Amino acid sequence: MSHGHSPFLAHHFDDLEQQKEASTLGMWLFLVQEVMFFGGLFMCYLLYRWKDPNAFAAGSHELSIELGGFNTIVLIASSLTMALGVRSAQQGKIKALINWLYATGFLGTVFLVVKYFEYSAKWEHHLIPGPNFHFAGEVGNRAELFFSLYFAMTGMHALHMIVGLGLLVWLVRKAMKGHFTAEYYNPVENFGLYWHFVDIVWIFLFPLLYLIGRHYHGGA
Amino acid sequence: MNATASALAPSPSDTAGRPNFLTAEHGLKSWLLTLDHKRVAILYLISVSCFFLLGGVFAMLVRLELMTPAGDLMLPDTYNRVFTGHGVTMVFFFLIPAIPGILGNFLIPLMIGAKDVAFPRLNLASWYLYMTGGMLMLAGTLNGGVDTGWTFYPPYSTSYTTTNVLIVGIGVFINGFSSILTGLNFMVTVHRMRCPGMTWFRLPLFIWGQYATSLIMVLGTPVVAITLLLLVFERLFHLGIFDPGKGGDPILFQHLFWFYSHPAVYIMILPSMAVISELIACFSRKRIFGYHFVAFASIGIAVLGFVVWGHHLYVSGQSVYAGVVFSLLTMLVAIPSAVKVFNWSMTLYQGSVSLETPMLYALGFIGLFTVGGLTGVFLGTLGFDVHVHDTYFVVAHFHYVMVGGTIMGYLGGLHFWWPKITGRLYPEFWAKISALLVFVGFNLTFFPQFLLGYMGMPRRYHAYPPEFQVLNILSTAGASVLALGFVLPTIYFIWSLKSGKLAGNNPWNARGLEWETTSPPPTQNFEFTPSVSREPYDYFEAAEEAAGRAVPPARSH
Repeated sequence: MSHGHSPFLAHHFDDLEQQKEASTLGMWLFLVQEVMFFGGLFMCYLLYRWKDPNAFAAGSHELSIELGGFNTIVLIASSLTMALGVRSAQQGKIKALINWLYATGFLGTVFLVVKYFEYSAKWEHHLIPGPNFHFAGEVGNRAELFFSLYFAMTGMHALHMIVGLGLLVWLVRKAMKGHFTAEYYNPVENFGLYWHFVDIVWIFLFPLLYLIGRHYHGGA
Repeated sequence: MNATASALAPSPSDTAGRPNFLTAEHGLKSWLLTLDHKRVAILYLISVSCFFLLGGVFAMLVRLELMTPAGDLMLPDTYNRVFTGHGVTMVFFFLIPAIPGILGNFLIPLMIGAKDVAFPRLNLASWYLYMTGGMLMLAGTLNGGVDTGWTFYPPYSTSYTTTNVLIVGIGVFINGFSSILTGLNFMVTVHRMRCPGMTWFRLPLFIWGQYATSLIMVLGTPVVAITLLLLVFERLFHLGIFDPGKGGDPILFQHLFWFYSHPAVYIMILPSMAVISELIACFSRKRIFGYHFVAFASIGIAVLGFVVWGHHLYVSGQSVYAGVVFSLLTMLVAIPSAVKVFNWSMTLYQGSVSLETPMLYALGFIGLFTVGGLTGVFLGTLGFDVHVHDTYFVVAHFHYVMVGGTIMGYLGGLHFWWPKITGRLYPEFWAKISALLVFVGFNLTFFPQFLLGYMGMPRRYHAYPPEFQVLNILSTAGASVLALGFVLPTIYFIWSLKSGKLAGNNPWNARGLEWETTSPPPTQNFEFTPSVSREPYDYFEAAEEAAGRAVPPARSH
């Protein structure tokens, strides 16, 4: 197949198919490195949870399962709107694409706003690791490590969300200028992969941080 | 066999006045905003050389201090900062980016017959990340440096030192993404940009080596990135993740750090091995012995490299059973490494060996790498390592592998492809002298350190008992010879840009695709679309064809 004259074809590729395959593979490799990046954090979580499960259980009780659960639903919904956006791009329905991107951006923002309220509650309860950390429960300040990991992991995740929202704005602008067609929509598809990845990270974070500690009743 | 490409390649006289990638555009802006992989390679060449000089100055300061047993040149604190500066600069800003950044960038698209890497913009961005990281590191260094050693071990690095761990740590973190994105770019390029007929087993072994390197860059670097980020957070916000006072574990840092930093040794050595395979085949005028084995040995080293990190933690308090397993796994890496050395030696056997400068470096590499590799087996042995841990034996070993290995491949490759990059030949006589200086200087510097370490001289001290002085003086003398061996090429390479003889398309009569275009190549790399119908090292067939004899069909793919 030959699309030699497509305005979307970069000079160093032979055809659009090669270009699409290259960008998709590149995105998957990028996600592989993301998995390794978050992997380091999950490794820390695994080790410290194993060393002191009681402190992790006590820390976990301080998190709001309602807000976390709400955010989980919001993110899953944003993955759905993103997938529908990619579908629209495939069909060349650019107006629908833009609307789905707006929806995705809206849901992502809702997630971050909720996260902001969660973080500020921790601030008020002196649960920010550092000199002012104070944990009232039985395990005392042993819970600090749980909150260190909570902030490191959800913070890295939130940072990826913020980057994602920035990229969404860029995609919407490109879509409005008519840069995407049914034959060229690689950036939309690749951004979709990224967005789903960030979503999946949360799908792991939510049970690890909010859920599984709550039913642990070992001796302190 | 090879009619398609070489018949179409323009002869040097045809292309005399035509613009090449160096002359296609002018001005600083055309360089700083270039999307041409060859120009990005030149950007790396210049910046990597500067960092090499910086790291070299630190090395000379270390060697000067160690000339006498007393700590008389600098204070102990200063000495700590100097050897840390040496380590950080050399590891992260010279050894890791040197061959992939310069030769990899220049050659990968040329060797596979592509117009550029898959993501030219990302490629340029990688260089900017490298420079940003480098500048932060430099700022931290000029502001007083870091005294933790290049490994940044907590809790010293997080809770005690007052030096610039923060800014240098962030610099190394940012530089890591340059490495990740370069690896990603190379992998996609090799997968998706090969020209018609360039099958996986027609790829030059240089490409296999770079591919294996990229694999480690993409899988390993993110782990050290998050580790350094946690270190930075630890210093900024006192998270406690590596702080035993808060229930954290400093040993976890060591695990995470070496999970990357051991494979990082292979990020340094694999590209060098990649170069050596090309040099040995070309200057033996022979097909490389056991192509598939050499190719898969690269992948094997990359994969095994990920399961041996625990041998850096034998004395850290790690479980002794883990130590035994890591010791065994470490031995396994020797297998693919030995496969390579044996196959290169077999390639030399009955070859028409000629000793041009790149070949001198290649032979030097085999020698230094063998010494470094075998002492690596010593150190992988649990009992012996406990004896020499943190002594100069370790220092000598890793310099033989990382520096002996990487620099020989780097300089050998730079000499070999210099005519392609610049269109000019370097002066062979001076080049041979400098190759000799490097080899002799290197051994004189580092061999005495094996003896010192075995006798018990610890690393990272600025003073030592008087009985170690003779060997230390030998080592410092060697370092001066080595320095001369690096200054000389710098001078004649620069000289050759204007005054070197014109190289022509293929001064070595080598068989890679990169030699079938003009020197220096045009911006789009080839005037024609290359297609390949032969194996990469058909030196025998080419010679037979040139002599007018028929080639037995069984020998060609």
